[in-house]
Amino acid sequence: MANTKEIRKQISSITNTQKITKAMEMVASSKMRKTQDRMEMGRPYADRMLTVIGHLANSNPEYKPLYMTERPVKSIGVIAVGSDKGLCGGLNINLFRKLLPFLKEKSDEGIEQQFCAIGTKARVFFKSYGGNVVSATEKLGDVPSMESLVGAIKVLLDKFEAGEIDQIYLASNRFLNTMTQEPEIKQLLPLQPEDTPDLKHHWDYIYEPDARDLLDGLMQRYIESLVLQAVVENIACEQAAKMIAMKNATENAGNLIDELQLIYNNARQATITQELSEIVAGAEAL
Amino acid sequence: MSTMKCNIVSAEKEIFSGDIQMLSVTGSEGELGITPGHSQLLTSIKPGPVKLTLDDGSEEVFFASGGFVEVQPQEVTLLSDVAERASDIDESKAERARELALRDQENAQSDIDFSKAKAELAEASARLQALRKLRKK
Repeated sequence: MANTKEIRKQISSITNTQKITKAMEMVASSKMRKTQDRMEMGRPYADRMLTVIGHLANSNPEYKPLYMTERPVKSIGVIAVGSDKGLCGGLNINLFRKLLPFLKEKSDEGIEQQFCAIGTKARVFFKSYGGNVVSATEKLGDVPSMESLVGAIKVLLDKFEAGEIDQIYLASNRFLNTMTQEPEIKQLLPLQPEDTPDLKHHWDYIYEPDARDLLDGLMQRYIESLVLQAVVENIACEQAAKMIAMKNATENAGNLIDELQLIYNNARQATITQELSEIVAGAEAL
Repeated sequence: MSTMKCNIVSAEKEIFSGDIQMLSVTGSEGELGITPGHSQLLTSIKPGPVKLTLDDGSEEVFFASGGFVEVQPQEVTLLSDVAERASDIDESKAERARELALRDQENAQSDIDFSKAKAELAEASARLQALRKLRKK
């Protein structure tokens, strides 16, 4: 009898867990949709900036901004974007798994590395990895603000300007669709200049104050907006991954309950049969 | 009256998009009133109100905490900063990010030890459980 009671207890506890995972799945799916919208909203800014930067760079060929100048690479900066919370499947692990060989390759070439960790999971990763983390930020929430990122990025940009690092990379997850998120490492700085022929117009802007200051200011903001985009996209990935993970958990819990229910029924049947046979045997003995 | 397209965007979202008659904003070199047909201009702006005169003559005011304005004859784009930007504010934020990273490095040792201890504890208790099961049989 104790056996059936135990199984019943287990079933009810799994049912409770299932309720939680089900709720988390629904929360994640609604958050994912909102973050996807946010991803779209930031795009016009970056696109517009890129057009203006392209125009500026093309109309001022004599000025080679620092952010576009290629230098021999002795040291790189890597901005790693992780999620703040776990329970999102292999999302962060996949990113770090992609990052590790990249870092190894660079260190084999004798290139020094400095890191900027965005998100709790990225911080934790670098804590155990032990790299030279120069800046970190975390707890960005579901609606990351530029404000919380500017500082962390500035540390790297300052180092780039000072010539301490020669390239900056951004490692984050790309949102392909709900089922797939792909870790990606891309180069932020120096900006690869794009020679789009249609930008070579015959006119030029009036600049206030002057073209160089504007170009530098625009580029800094462009980089920041790229990082913000990556962070927002990473959150969309996190929610999508969480949704899938929780969906699986809910299904697994369902399977487990079914199995346990079967065992429970068997055990119950067994006790009934046993009791019956005992009664019959008792009656016969009379 | 003629109108031009106007987009006000920030890194976080699109703030305004539509047809306007005039845009007034404080540029880094002074007040600007931009009407359709203005020659191409690129300027940084100071934090302050941005006044739009919409195509129906009504006015709308936004606050921009700095950014850039790009003007084309039939189109004006305001790339707004989302937050107040000043070199000292940026610097203090950078300082905070640096400190957080530094704290991580200092704590790294103790944290690793902690997780190691946790793993050891888990292993020990698993062994104990296995022993108990063996003894029962």
